[in-house]
Amino acid sequence: MSIFINKDSKVIVQGITGGEGSKHTARMLHAGTNVVGGVNARKAGTSVTHGEKTLPVYGTVKEAIAETGADVSIVFVPPAFTKDAVVEAIEAEIGLVVVITEGVPVQDSAEFWALAQSKKDADGNQITRIIGPNCPGIITPGESLVGITPANITGKGGVGLVSKSGTLTYQMMYELRDLGFSTAIGIGGDPVIGTTHIDALAAFEADPDTKAIVMIGEIGGDAEERAAEFIKNNVTKPVVGYVAGFTAPEGKTMGHAGAIVSGSAGTAQAKKEALEAAGVKVGKTPSETAHLLREVYPEHEEPSNL
Amino acid sequence: MDLYEYQARDLFEAHAVPVLAGIVAYTPEEAKAAAEKIGGVVVVKAQVKVGGRGKAGGVKVAKTPDEAFEYATNILGMDIKGHTVNKVMIAQGADIAEEYYFSVLLDRANRNYLAMCSVEGGMEIEQLAVERPDALAKIAVDPAVGIDQAKADEIVAAAGFAEELRGKVAETIVKLWDVFIKEDATLVEVNPLVKTGAGDIVALDGKVSIDENAAFRHPEHAELEDKDAADPLEAKAKELDLNYVKLDGQVGIIGNGAGLVMSTLDVVAYAGENHGNVKPANFLDIGGGASAEVMANGLDIILNDEQVKSVFVNVFGGITACDAVANGIVKALEILGDKATKPLVVRLDGNSVEEGRRILRDAKHPLVTLAVGMDEGADKAAELANA
Repeated sequence: MSIFINKDSKVIVQGITGGEGSKHTARMLHAGTNVVGGVNARKAGTSVTHGEKTLPVYGTVKEAIAETGADVSIVFVPPAFTKDAVVEAIEAEIGLVVVITEGVPVQDSAEFWALAQSKKDADGNQITRIIGPNCPGIITPGESLVGITPANITGKGGVGLVSKSGTLTYQMMYELRDLGFSTAIGIGGDPVIGTTHIDALAAFEADPDTKAIVMIGEIGGDAEERAAEFIKNNVTKPVVGYVAGFTAPEGKTMGHAGAIVSGSAGTAQAKKEALEAAGVKVGKTPSETAHLLREVYPEHEEPSNL
Repeated sequence: MDLYEYQARDLFEAHAVPVLAGIVAYTPEEAKAAAEKIGGVVVVKAQVKVGGRGKAGGVKVAKTPDEAFEYATNILGMDIKGHTVNKVMIAQGADIAEEYYFSVLLDRANRNYLAMCSVEGGMEIEQLAVERPDALAKIAVDPAVGIDQAKADEIVAAAGFAEELRGKVAETIVKLWDVFIKEDATLVEVNPLVKTGAGDIVALDGKVSIDENAAFRHPEHAELEDKDAADPLEAKAKELDLNYVKLDGQVGIIGNGAGLVMSTLDVVAYAGENHGNVKPANFLDIGGGASAEVMANGLDIILNDEQVKSVFVNVFGGITACDAVANGIVKALEILGDKATKPLVVRLDGNSVEEGRRILRDAKHPLVTLAVGMDEGADKAAELANA
């Protein structure tokens, strides 16, 4: 088990013929992802070949789903076209769309999020989950990679990881590579994102293969504070936390569009205190956080098969 | 990016929001000329991106152009909460009967927009929200719909405007929404929104933040950038397309990925506690594809910071493997030659780490020290900065 993706996930790539899309399609295939095709309206009917695999290019997401049964899409198109690409995926009612693109205007994200929220199935559940934008995507080691995370850092195991940051995700997977991961998900550093810390925590709580959870946050907004509240009331598995940006000054954006301390809001200290109040131990550094995770990790767990 | 009041005023005017005449001035002479052009009583307003300028003496009413000259002389060069005033706006005097408040902003938590409105304007809105929350109407705005006439009517009714005013205020709110959506803003705030003695609604003071990610569809926004206020190293980094923020410390930082770099700053600050309290000198994210050229540009910026005593390069090799990063560092030091004078601590982990470390060991550059792990590297860099 895992969250959001597994070995059965059928993945299409929006922007499969572009530079980034092409490079990462090859990497995803190499990681074992079941990539079944791509989308580019101007190159419909052609195909792309990576190693032994030849993938058809469709004109629309809808057509790609009809032909391949795809249930996951990953978006590599440039920021100016990202909104249209995500809207198309939502309209086609795909189950999951992972938006890697960095630099998407926040009003575009707010607009496609509003659209995704308005599309519900018969049970009232949102049809399309969005991960990102501006994120490294998601990996279930040994099964599927839908994103740009290096697939060879570690293997399968019992740690679930949710993080705003890409390279901190890699860093933490590396620190805990002997334990292995059920799923590691980078939710992105933009002010408006699809899947939140809370969504990932809820999914990890429900996933039998996840034994303990690492939650990585950073300055800006109050997502970590709300996640702390959620953990207190809903999560029974051990959770440890890390927050980046203690030394960030007020009013300066630290790389991610969402990483800015404004007034008294969004500081790393406030987030750390909220998490600790919810019983989550928070490391001062990535290495200390990894150490804290080991302390709460169930001893009988088998080590990673890496 | 936060805009100055005069820039907000100009955007309002461009979207037909009612505003009074306002002219930006950089010298007392320009201020006087502006006052003559506007005529009558004017207000000389310091242009700074920080609140509380009125209390600091940065806003003065001038009855004549000569008075405008005098006040501008006093206000220009003034320091308001660490911001030096280098321009003023000469604004037409307003005949204020009543003051209101309106804003629309991105609501991160709810992933939509929030409109806030009150018939009690003029004061700090944070204070109003705390002291009299009932007086501040908060209405969620659906990004798929925006503020149409119906939504504007809902907002003014919730704020408690008198019947006879609602039409006019709602009309202005719809225009302010135009500013928000058409300029890709994350905040449009009017405080105060006023009713004049003649009964007109006017946006007297505005605050606008625009989304830099939307620059591709607003080439004209480049002119709004505050080039003279930026730190010279930050300005240079921006030209080179580097994500750099200058801080007040001694350990230069280069890393890949915003989160890892933020984390590196923290780890260096902790390490500094044991080494004379040295602190990180900057934030610099060279991104995933760290080529030799990008590394050289980054090092060049950091080595030009006179405060910097040592540099910590902290890279996790992901998509870009460590051997490529190591080659980048070696080539960057070649490019910089004699300009590279400060010790470099390099920590590499991740893809092809052994090869990356071997390249740096073989290069035997006298300034480069290899570190195993982030904590050790931060400690070493802090120690060198304190030497």
